[in-house]
Amino acid sequence: MIPELGQLALAISLSLAFIQAIIPIAGAAYERADWMALARPTAIGQFVFVALSFCVLANAFLSNDFSVLYVAYNSNSALPAVYKFAAIWGGHEGSLLLWIMILAFWTLLVAILSRSLPEQLVARVLGVLGIVSCGLLLFTLLTSNPFERLLPAAFDGNDLNPLLQDPAMALHPPVLYLGYVGFAVPFAFAVAALLTRRLDKDWARWTRPWALASWMFLTVGITLGSWWAFYELGWGGWWFWDPVENASFMPWLAGTALIHSLAVTERRGLFKSWTILLAILAFSLSLLGTFLVRSGILVSVHSFASDPARGLFILLLLGVISGGSLVLYALRAGRMETEGGFKLVSREAFLLLNNILLVVAIMAVLFGTLYPLFLDAMGLGKISVGPPYFNTVFLIPGLPLGLFVGAGMHATWKSMRGETLIRKLAVAAGFAVVIGAVIPWVAFGSASSLTMVGVMVGLWVVVSALFDPVRRLVSSSSSSMPFSLAQWGMTLAHLGVGVFILGATITSSYTIETDRSARPGDRWELFGYEFVFRNVRNFDGVNYRATEGEFEIRRNGSLVTVMTPQKRTYLVQQNPMTEAAIDSGWTRHLFIALGDPLGDGAWSLRIQYKPLIRFVWLGPLIMAFGGLLAASDPRYRSRQVTSRVKSRPVRVVGETV
Amino acid sequence: MRAGRRQRLLLIGLVLAGVGLSAGLALRAFQENLLFFFSPTQVVAGEAPTGRAFRLGGMVVEDSVQREPGSLTMSFVLTDYAYSMPVSYTGVLPDLFGEGQGVVARGQLMADGSFIANEVLAKHDENYMSPEVADALAAAGMVRSE
Repeated sequence: MIPELGQLALAISLSLAFIQAIIPIAGAAYERADWMALARPTAIGQFVFVALSFCVLANAFLSNDFSVLYVAYNSNSALPAVYKFAAIWGGHEGSLLLWIMILAFWTLLVAILSRSLPEQLVARVLGVLGIVSCGLLLFTLLTSNPFERLLPAAFDGNDLNPLLQDPAMALHPPVLYLGYVGFAVPFAFAVAALLTRRLDKDWARWTRPWALASWMFLTVGITLGSWWAFYELGWGGWWFWDPVENASFMPWLAGTALIHSLAVTERRGLFKSWTILLAILAFSLSLLGTFLVRSGILVSVHSFASDPARGLFILLLLGVISGGSLVLYALRAGRMETEGGFKLVSREAFLLLNNILLVVAIMAVLFGTLYPLFLDAMGLGKISVGPPYFNTVFLIPGLPLGLFVGAGMHATWKSMRGETLIRKLAVAAGFAVVIGAVIPWVAFGSASSLTMVGVMVGLWVVVSALFDPVRRLVSSSSSSMPFSLAQWGMTLAHLGVGVFILGATITSSYTIETDRSARPGDRWELFGYEFVFRNVRNFDGVNYRATEGEFEIRRNGSLVTVMTPQKRTYLVQQNPMTEAAIDSGWTRHLFIALGDPLGDGAWSLRIQYKPLIRFVWLGPLIMAFGGLLAASDPRYRSRQVTSRVKSRPVRVVGETV
Repeated sequence: MRAGRRQRLLLIGLVLAGVGLSAGLALRAFQENLLFFFSPTQVVAGEAPTGRAFRLGGMVVEDSVQREPGSLTMSFVLTDYAYSMPVSYTGVLPDLFGEGQGVVARGQLMADGSFIANEVLAKHDENYMSPEVADALAAAGMVRSE
């Protein structure tokens, strides 16, 4: 009986979403305050019922209700409780419910935190979010009901895919979804601005914290995914340019462009229609990602076997939401007024470059991701595009982007003398070039020119980001204005970019990877360490049986660490799974994966030495922290109230032109 | 005003040149890194190139996996049930590699008709078969029934 309650709750949310999608928007158009007032209660009600439905599904998992088909497919009575909970989003239906739940959560936040915004705008924003929610709820109820019954009930469940039985499974999907579903909010603000025909600095200030918050979550989500892939799936790689990774990376790139473009719109009232377009692009790419992952056209760990009707439905949804908003954009955006210009050397110009380069990167990744699917769909052959393509096309806009980030941070708004900028940064640039050329040689004894360039650009961004804060510390003059939270956010986020570039360059250039065969008792030298293969033993885990190798790692005769890679066989699905052993460190990670028995007591091993790989994840985490600081800048809260008090006349844009 | 316009034109020109240049470089990288997929039937029919990497997919034939004890080098036979091909590989195999399972191997075709793989990919879970392998099997099945 209880699972049916979950379905009923979803149906009620759908009807609430339907009201939320239509009446407030109509109310805003006809200036009916009572209609607009429906937006908040329906948004809150929708969240309550979606959450209820989510709890019902959680309860079905935790109480081993194998009469629910989805639970029977994705759980097992022997599964540890944490994974039973994480298994809620371990399959197609449940991860859609998570998507909807997170959309309802963001909608709730908008409803609560937007009290000081003009009612018409809020009604439209919530209305647009209602439209998106309608689409997803319909999709779930019509094609992917998580509460479908299995009669007679299964005696026990099919278990969660062993690959997903990992602590990261509890974190990675929700955080990632918080990010890319969160882009629905700036999207809704953009569409609302088009409907209202009003797009000014206030609008940008209201939209910016939402974009920053979603971007922050997406950054953390992608980083978690990369880290997880490194220790679990990837045999030591951290990014594979897998279409599913690209599906989350493209919205991230668009979101990055959006938060920069919003900065210009907020401060200078420029780039208005461009900002709107980026908001539409970011969310459309999120939906495209959902389509790619959920439609079954891609096959990877992330996608589950699913039927074509689902793919068609999401494609339709993508068409309606993106297509509809683009048509609206085409009709309205041309009339946005611009409030002034800027010079060739100015912060605006650097931010424009940032946007262009990011869009080039999006196009390159999009092309490499979709073209093989397109060819296949047309029946023109099966191809795949290898990581070298993506590495190359990402470096083309990426390196100049790094160069401009360092300079752009120090440019002033509107205009600036080029010489002033050059004089300020000459020392930093010189330092980056010299040290960047020297470090790889000193630390690793060799360096390609691309490696040196990468280290130089990374150092350049780091030094340039630290330039102002450090100068402040050293001179300790009270004359300069204190840094605002937003400035700290920008500084840290860019510092993170530099740290990431350094990590990615070094780890890509100097990773040593080797497969070898070894027997217990063998010892060998590798990357300056002595590896001793001590023994192999078998033992039983909670719901798996494991074979574990034990390795001593010694350096100059003294023990560094003992590493114990495992090969597990999960009892329900009987699948073997490699659990690599990783010794983490600031300068390097050592990685050992136990392969197969080769006969004669020998085992195949994959051993890797990965210098500075921690920076690859540390950088994005610093970026995300910067995003958090920027989003919590007081001006997003305090001035919202003052702008209401000022009660500016609503500017009707474009009527006179 | 004129100076401003000239600056803007310059900026637009630079941007266009940059975009054009990167598009050209991207297309070149794309050309070079394109990997085609072939089934054993297609390889036997001579459709696959020699001297250029491609991806080969099919099922691992039962009892075909051979390895010298203690060595990382191994070989197996890949089939789409119409035609079969020997494949050799040196290195660590993915977890779900096994006889009777669908795999995709990336590597090069040798002059003697054998395939040397640099990488072997297997499925991610027990229900999944690479769609490329599934299609290749379906295509081979049709060839046989004609």
